Amino acid sequence: MTLILLLFTFVLAIFLGLELISKVPATLHTPLMSGANAVSGITIVGALLAAGATEDSQMGVILGTAAVVFATINVAGGYLVTDRMLAMFKSKDESSNS
Amino acid sequence: MTNVEYGIQISYIVAAILFIRGLKMLGSPATARRGNMMSALGMLVAVIATLVNTEIITDYRWIAGGVIIGAFIGVTAARLVPMTSMPEFVALFNGSGGIASLFVGWAEYQRSMAAWSDGVVAEGAPPIAFTSTAIYLAVLIGGMTASGSLIAYGKLSERINSKPFLFSGQQIFNALLLAAIVGCGVAFVYDPTEMYPVFLVAIGLALILGVMATIPIGGADMPVVISLLNSYSGLAACAAGFVISNTVLIVSGSLVGASGIVLTAIMCKAMNRSLANVLFSGFGSGATASGGSKVMGEAKPISAEDTYYLLEASSSVVFVPGYGMAVAQAQHVVKELGDVLEANGAEVRFAVHPVAGRMPGHMNVLLAEANVPYEQLAEMDEINPQMETVDVAVVIGANDVVNPAAREDENSPIYGMPIINVDFARTVIVLKRSMASGFAGVDNPLFVGENTRMLFGDAKASLSAVLSEFKES
Repeated sequence: MTLILLLFTFVLAIFLGLELISKVPATLHTPLMSGANAVSGITIVGALLAAGATEDSQMGVILGTAAVVFATINVAGGYLVTDRMLAMFKSKDESSNS
Repeated sequence: MTNVEYGIQISYIVAAILFIRGLKMLGSPATARRGNMMSALGMLVAVIATLVNTEIITDYRWIAGGVIIGAFIGVTAARLVPMTSMPEFVALFNGSGGIASLFVGWAEYQRSMAAWSDGVVAEGAPPIAFTSTAIYLAVLIGGMTASGSLIAYGKLSERINSKPFLFSGQQIFNALLLAAIVGCGVAFVYDPTEMYPVFLVAIGLALILGVMATIPIGGADMPVVISLLNSYSGLAACAAGFVISNTVLIVSGSLVGASGIVLTAIMCKAMNRSLANVLFSGFGSGATASGGSKVMGEAKPISAEDTYYLLEASSSVVFVPGYGMAVAQAQHVVKELGDVLEANGAEVRFAVHPVAGRMPGHMNVLLAEANVPYEQLAEMDEINPQMETVDVAVVIGANDVVNPAAREDENSPIYGMPIINVDFARTVIVLKRSMASGFAGVDNPLFVGENTRMLFGDAKASLSAVLSEFKES
């Protein structure tokens, strides 16, 4: 049953994603991509569980820690760089004030 | 479930809501920044909810070490990267997400092995075959995302040749590679406890697959590849979610996967080509790109001074930037010239083709960096119907996206690709480094058009010269 629920969630989320993204204007494609990329760093949840489960397998902890490093790069770098880009997008009023 | 478990699951739902709202808000310039912060908050919620799960996490030292190292690298890179290099850095971040998913799958395999070999499956957990399939997919997609992104990084930063790399027997090699990957997968899922060596071979094959999928693609097609890799990194996270039966991974991974698919489709449409054509044709290699009729004619050069007179008398000017603007770092001087023209009473707009630059929306980011307000940015479909009323169209480092051959010459390799119709403007000024003098066979008939003037030289230097004419007058 768990399996079916997971698949169900997956299918719904894919359709939601297609709806959500298809209306984004071309101006924002780069920040959208790097923002979405940061979201894909959610794999950090799996990485944390693997790196913290020290009672199970030592090799698993080492692999988990490597996963934590890379996922954190993805998350921290992705969100920051997106913010840096978006901070530059200004409307007419804002850019004349700056 | 215990109360703590309920709390964790509810936090995951909250995180998913924040991601969805955040992505939605990324769709409008006015709310995009808050949207990104909302999405980051969602990530924080998910991470904290995971950390309180003391049933599984027994020791925080490894986690702390990993987070500190990762955060240091990620933050430093995000601070230092110049906007012109954004495509290759997005590729790198993508790759680190992919390799993280690979490691998550691998670690989970290590963890589960002991239980599986005893034939024990935890109550309520999915069957072994399901979990092992998910592990295989996470490792496969994660691995190919990682190596593919690394190649994309190399091509974008021009550390390796950005031309398509093709060799004889490539398709046969790829077919064998795919067959081997499927074969290993079947063997692994059939008996995961005995198949460790097969699993390791599969990791290697996944890395090779990522390389093979990216090397045949040329520099100009990079926007498609980046979008596609973005999609893969989401799907890899999604597969990792199936591995550990975690809904927040599945939901967010799917969102990213879907967004990558949407962007890939938009990019392919903007080039009037199918995805298969982009991925397998080696388009842009010497053999195909030289097709199409040669255009004979004389390019008419123009001086910076005459450009000034032309622009000074214009009431409507459109700038069309391409990757050449990024290379010349000319975005700031373009903006300055735009301001001067606007003060002079002209209507100034920037027309950006969907595939201009090396990633979707790359030009928009560079113009935003130079403080161009987003109201001045026009999309192709918006500007084309008005092109005939434009006095001067200034093309800065763009070529294919303004090539009339795409509209008129059926033999051209880019025939059918929608372009910005600058040749319909009263006058076109093309900034270009150089061109063989006099009569030349060129692939772009725009350069020898009746109403086209060529302003030769480095884009930044040329524009500065025009700008100083304005200042002197």
